[in-house]
Amino acid sequence: MIINQLTIHEAHRLLKAKELSSVELTKACLERICQVEPKVRALVTVTNELALSQARKADELMATGNTNPLTGIPVVIKDNMCTKGIPTTCSSRMLENFVPPYDAMVVEKLNGCGVVVAGKANMDEFAMGSSTEHSALFTTHNPWDLSRVPGGSSGGSAVAVAAGEAVYALGSDTGGSIRQPAGFCSVTGLKPTYGRVSRYGLVAFASSLDQIGPLTQDVTDCALVLNVIAGYDARDSTSVPYPTPDYTQCLTTDLNRLRIGVPKEYFVEGMQAEVEIAIKAAIRKLEELGATIDYEVSLPHTPYALAAYYIIAPSEASANLARYDGVKYGFSYSDADSMWEAMEKTRQYGFGAEVKRRIMLGTYALSAGYYDAWYLKAQKVRTLIRREFDQAFDKFDALVTPTSPTVPFKIGEKIDDPLQMYLSDVCTLPINIAGLPAISIPAGFADGLPIGMQIIGKPFSEETILNIAHAYQQATDWHKRRPDV
Amino acid sequence: MKLSREEVLHIVLLARLGLTETEVNRLREQLSNILENFEVLQQVDTTDIPPTAQSIPLQNVMRRDDEVACSLPQSQILANAPQRKENFFRVRAVLE
Repeated sequence: MIINQLTIHEAHRLLKAKELSSVELTKACLERICQVEPKVRALVTVTNELALSQARKADELMATGNTNPLTGIPVVIKDNMCTKGIPTTCSSRMLENFVPPYDAMVVEKLNGCGVVVAGKANMDEFAMGSSTEHSALFTTHNPWDLSRVPGGSSGGSAVAVAAGEAVYALGSDTGGSIRQPAGFCSVTGLKPTYGRVSRYGLVAFASSLDQIGPLTQDVTDCALVLNVIAGYDARDSTSVPYPTPDYTQCLTTDLNRLRIGVPKEYFVEGMQAEVEIAIKAAIRKLEELGATIDYEVSLPHTPYALAAYYIIAPSEASANLARYDGVKYGFSYSDADSMWEAMEKTRQYGFGAEVKRRIMLGTYALSAGYYDAWYLKAQKVRTLIRREFDQAFDKFDALVTPTSPTVPFKIGEKIDDPLQMYLSDVCTLPINIAGLPAISIPAGFADGLPIGMQIIGKPFSEETILNIAHAYQQATDWHKRRPDV
Repeated sequence: MKLSREEVLHIVLLARLGLTETEVNRLREQLSNILENFEVLQQVDTTDIPPTAQSIPLQNVMRRDDEVACSLPQSQILANAPQRKENFFRVRAVLE
């Protein structure tokens, strides 16, 4: 048994049976961090002492029997979720020294279960990117091939799980930032329905698209984490006051009566052949498991989703990031002669190239004279994309696509070509536009590089997609493979 | 479609971004290229289609009750301030 490779449910069983302590589990993860971190660089902050003190408390809690499946289990949190007293950098110079005075709602909920926080994960700056290469601090490396990107923006979270630095992680997903790195690193990553998990304390990127979710080793773990973080929170006005089920109850291997659609627009030219072959094979497996598959589904507005997304997300970002003015917190340029110069220089030196690019794009799309042609137009296309999904879900319980059109690309390959980088989110961003839940699970390899399958559900139907993903994992072992790092 | 230098500088001013000459030139190229690709949006017929600002069926969410609740202490809020004076954020003169 390799302790740091246990799943949440395996570790919980051992903790409960007193065959393992949280301190032992935590030390195994911290040792693993020391061992692989020089190679993968997934973590911005490692919280050694906090983790060990939380582990000791968790062991005491375990002895009382008053526990949750997450009690005493080490987690890594993406560095855009506020952690009280622990730096929260967003991998940006702007917030390099920012120490939040409060916890994000998800962190509050995890702490309430007695979890162990092992560290904060690297990301593309302010979650803008698909490779972690836009981190202002350093680039994270894919544990399956250190010369390749781990995906992004939650690349550090995905790598921490894949490399066994933590048992699971939290990420955030605005256009694919949980699912694409989950696919690239061969872990399980869920973006819940918009409104399902509170965004309170998540540093805002694009407020109508951002959603927090788990990155785990399997679907059972995903359900266990969602059980804790899902639910209404009055401090997030977009949090939805619907009841949350026990997400582990839906984890059957029975896919009979489920109708699954395969939208053909997601198998486009430019897609790597091995990815298409692997996903088609995975879909046949779902058919064997009892699902009815329709390969002729069409979502004709899909080709417009990329442009709509990259107008809407930067527009919202340009408004959200206006708060970084060097006055209340964050980097502040002190050597200026005037208020305006101080503000401009603060933003010049505090933001990296991709963040500036998106602020510029968004400011342009929102500016007088261009608002109707760009921002409003994109919002109307958003309506059409959402309607198309709604119509498809009249006939299907879920849709299945690749998570990404390619396997992980080389570090440096797309860094100078923003459009090529944006295209790596082409299969995931329509889902954020429509606010749907979607999960990425391991579905094969091409020359040792991971391939992810995306399963998309109706709003608030996380149970259906978890069920499909779980049934697939019970019939396959892709998710059990480990990188040799 | 290529953005003019004046258009780029106008956006820079609106966004209050300080940019070097090199950055301005590079962004002019990149934004022009991106927007040119995004012109496909204009091909979509959106007659009578309302805009979607967010995807959930909630409207006019209000605080349920206007109750007095605890907020963070002043010292914690000011702890991240780049410059402070007594119990205030210190800012530069707005009027010159």
